[in-house]
This record gives sequence, C-alpha cells and structure tokens, in this order.
Amino acid sequence: MRTSFINQLLEEAKQNEKIFLIIGDLGYHVVEPFMEAIPERFLNAGIAEQNMAGVAAGLAMTGYNVYIYSIGNFPTLRCLEQIRNDIAYHKANVKIVSVGAGYAYGSLGATHQPTEEIGALRAIPNMVVATPGDPVEARAIAKFSADYDGPMYIRLGKAGETVAHSEASLTVNAGDILPVMLKEGNKKAVLACGNIMAAAKSQIEEQRLPYDLYSVPFVKPLNKAQLKAIVENHPDGLITIEEHQASCGMGSAIVECVNDMFAEGELNTYPHIKRTAIPDEFAPVVGTQTYLREYEGLRIN
Amino acid sequence: MSQMNIEEIKEFAKAIRRTAVTMAYKTRTSHTGGTLSQADVLAVLYSGVLNCSPDRMDDPTRDRFIESKGHNCASYYAALALKGFMNNDELMEQYCQNGSEYFEHVSHKLPGVELSTGSLGHGFPVAAGMALGSKRSNTPFNVYCIIGDGEINEGSNWEAMMFAAHHKLDNLCVILDKNQMQAMGDTKDIMCLDPMAEKIRAFQWNVCDIDGNDVEQIIAAFESFKKCKDKPTFIVANTVKGKGVSYMEHNLKFHYSAPNEEEYKQAMEELK
Repeated sequence: MRTSFINQLLEEAKQNEKIFLIIGDLGYHVVEPFMEAIPERFLNAGIAEQNMAGVAAGLAMTGYNVYIYSIGNFPTLRCLEQIRNDIAYHKANVKIVSVGAGYAYGSLGATHQPTEEIGALRAIPNMVVATPGDPVEARAIAKFSADYDGPMYIRLGKAGETVAHSEASLTVNAGDILPVMLKEGNKKAVLACGNIMAAAKSQIEEQRLPYDLYSVPFVKPLNKAQLKAIVENHPDGLITIEEHQASCGMGSAIVECVNDMFAEGELNTYPHIKRTAIPDEFAPVVGTQTYLREYEGLRIN
Repeated sequence: MSQMNIEEIKEFAKAIRRTAVTMAYKTRTSHTGGTLSQADVLAVLYSGVLNCSPDRMDDPTRDRFIESKGHNCASYYAALALKGFMNNDELMEQYCQNGSEYFEHVSHKLPGVELSTGSLGHGFPVAAGMALGSKRSNTPFNVYCIIGDGEINEGSNWEAMMFAAHHKLDNLCVILDKNQMQAMGDTKDIMCLDPMAEKIRAFQWNVCDIDGNDVEQIIAAFESFKKCKDKPTFIVANTVKGKGVSYMEHNLKFHYSAPNEEEYKQAMEELK
C-alpha cells in the first residue's frame, strides 16, 4: 500500500511542481524513486517530528503542497500540537502520511502500533482523515490529495496488502463510502476501513456470510447521503471493523453520524450497529498482524 | 538600512510601548513585561529592516516576520497598527473584547500577521519552513522570528536549530528576547540557558550577542545577518523585562497584572 501510494505521488509530482515530500528519516526502499527523480522537492528532516510538522506548515505557506511521511505515531501523536496549531488552524496545505496502520508492525510492539491517531486527528477542525483499504484506494487517495488544498491525514498500511477492489483504478471524492462486494438480498452491511478491509472480505467469502461489504476510505468527512442509503438498504444493521481503538475511530464516527441523522429526523429507524475495534488496551503480546488481529478480536462476529 | 534614523526609531519604540501599556490597562490583560522587552527589536524591524508593507501582504517576495512569543502580541499589534498594517482605532476598541478577532495571543486572522502563536516553540520551525520554501522555490525573501528565553525551554526550538544550520538557511534570522525571566521566576533558577551565545555558535549559526534594548546594536546585528552567507543568524538580544516603565522592570508581577490607574499615568509620563 505504501509503495502504491508513493509511486502514485511521484507520478502526480512529475505533473505538479507544488508537491514536496518530507520524510522523518524513514521510508527505506520506498521513497528512493521520488528522492532520485525530484531531489529539489524532497527532504529528509531527520528524527525530529515537531520540527518536521512546523517546517511543513511554513513550506506550505510559501505555496507548496507538502507531504510529511513517517511511521504511525511519529508524524501524528508526536507532533499533534504542531498539526493542530501550525497546520490545521492555518488550513496549511500539508498532508500527513503515516505507514504501518494498526498492527502492521506487530512484532515491533505498542510504540510502533498506531491505534489511537484516527481519533486524535479527526477531532481537529479542518482535517480530512483518509484510511484507504487497499492499494487501489491508496492510489486513488494519492490522486485526490494532490489536488486537495488543505490539511489531510492519510493512514497507510505497510506492504503486500491484498487488492480488494475489482477495478484497477478508482476516483474518490472526500467522504465517499465505496462498495466492495454487494449481493442482492443481503440485509446486513459491513463497513471496514484500512487494510483490515481485505481480511473482512476474505472472511465474508470463506464463511459465505450474507453481508455486503463497503470500504470507508474517509473517516472524516463522511458522506451522509451514502451512509443513509446504506443504513436504509440494510434492515438488519451494520457491522464496523477497524484496526484502531473502539473509543474514537471509524466505528465511532459512523455511530455519531447515524445518531445525529436519527436525532435530526433524517433517519426513521435507529439501526443495530455492532462495532469491531480494539477494546481499550495496548496489545500485551507480540505477534504478526494476523495474530494480533485475532488476539484483539478483530473479526466479524 | 544605512539611512535609518536612530531618533525616529527610539520614538517609534516609545510609541509602541505607550500603545501596548494602554492596551493592557484598558483591558486588564497580562504579559506586559515581555511585550515591553521586545519593543526595541520590533521598532527596528518595522523601520526598514523588514522588506514588507501593508499593501504587500500577498507579495510572495515580502519578508516574513513571526512573533513566536504569542502572549506578547500587544507590542507586535502596536507596531503593526502604527505602521498601517492594521487599523489603530479598531485595535484599541476591539482588543480582547467579546466577539472580536483581536485575541490576546497573536492571531493570523489579523492584517499583517503571518502566523498565529501562543503555544511556545512553534514559531521557529515554521519560520525555518518558510526560509526553506524561499530557497527551494528561488523566491528571495528573509524570515525573521522572535522567540523568548522561557520559550526556548521547548525542545522543538532545538530541532529547528539543527535543521536551519544543516540546510544553511542564511535567509533566517531568529531573535531571542533574553529578558531573563519566565512565568515562575528567573530563567537562571528554572532552566539555566547560559552560555547562550556559545551554545548557538556550537550549532554553527552566525551569532550576535547584543544589548537588545539598544537600537544601534540591534541595527548592527541585522546588518550582520544580511551580510552572512551559508549560516542562519541568531541574535541574542539581552533585554530587560518591562523595559521603559521603571516599576515594571525586572518585576514578575507584570507578567500577570495590568497597571492600575496611578501606575498607568506614571507609565505614560515615563514613556513620553
């Protein structure tokens, strides 16, 4: 997923001289093609994320569309106040790209497992929060972000993710909820975000579950009309699944949006929604991504 | 810069101080000590050092100034108002009033302001990013940033210190308003900074160690900045907290309190 994203970003940057990539001394064997092709719009800011985020804001204020790139918690939680004050408050054209979503770096331990940052970033005004579910979506989000003028968080997986979409390429707009696998007569829908979406797809296929599957590549904003239609077309309700804490991630965003639509009279019935997410804990054991997902109960029940 | 009129700048600095103290008095707001210590640096900057004017805020080649000590916005707003970037009457009427955009910390919503600040340690990295943007886009301009000596406790400043030197940002000038006091007392008792100039030289910066309330020394320091190649410039501006109002000088009380009526009248007398 990260390679798909960076390769697409490189293609965009060849056409768009405003795109500037800053890495926080990470990206070995991923960012080199960009670094070699466009050295004048590439920079390694070293291991200093507060400065990297501030520099990105300043650089954006001179006209660039700046991407900062690092692992999970480092370009997000480590410099959260720089993101809030310098980037989001000023609507600076900065894209925060993290890799290793959820348990992608399972064996590296809790320090390297971003499992709260969606909540932190979606709470900040002016932020768009993108959570592509497979390499096709990662490329689509890269294209979207190249043309989007404003603060945005892009949460990527690692490498070697399964392609879930049948289309070779997609075009997305902010807030789109994308159908992945639909079958006439299904009364329940699964909403997944991030690269756990492909695992959800496999589970639905293997167990022949009568569920439609949608990807949620934007936790913020959410397309209310699309969500309303999904709720109304699935009378047995929704299941959300994500590799993030339950308290503040995609499932929370869906519940909030559905609740508000119901409270405002935009929905006639309140759907049954089962959230599948991390139960308010740091993974206490080491393991592969697949192992830790199972350990934390991240599967459709 | 060589034609700068020293006496005019000194008068401008007094006018900045009068305006800032009046703002504090009228609104019962705080942070007057640090707003006065930096007034002479602001007066020099806005008397010809900064290549910018009210009608050029959209000009990509304008010089940028960042007031990273966001709590000391009063003297900064005063300088902007006195130089026509913002409306002086509006500033005096609306500062800290319900519903206005004249916050008690620097706000980018106001004309002439590049960056909102308030949480410390933010201005320096953003200034470095702007300076880098100038270099990478071949758009020549300078970036000036005032930081405080309490503020420099924040680690983000030291990240930016390494960054700016490594990238040879000789279009970046950081001014440390070293008034030797921070929120709870003297900097030497809370987080000793000395020897500051030696520290920054070791980071490979061009360093000027000056009396930051002496207009001629401030002018000379900015001249050193403009001549220096391949290194960013750091001006250690040794200042007096509360400078210009006798009872406010070296007095922590005026980090928190506004002058009462009698004190205000005395301040206006001393700042004539």
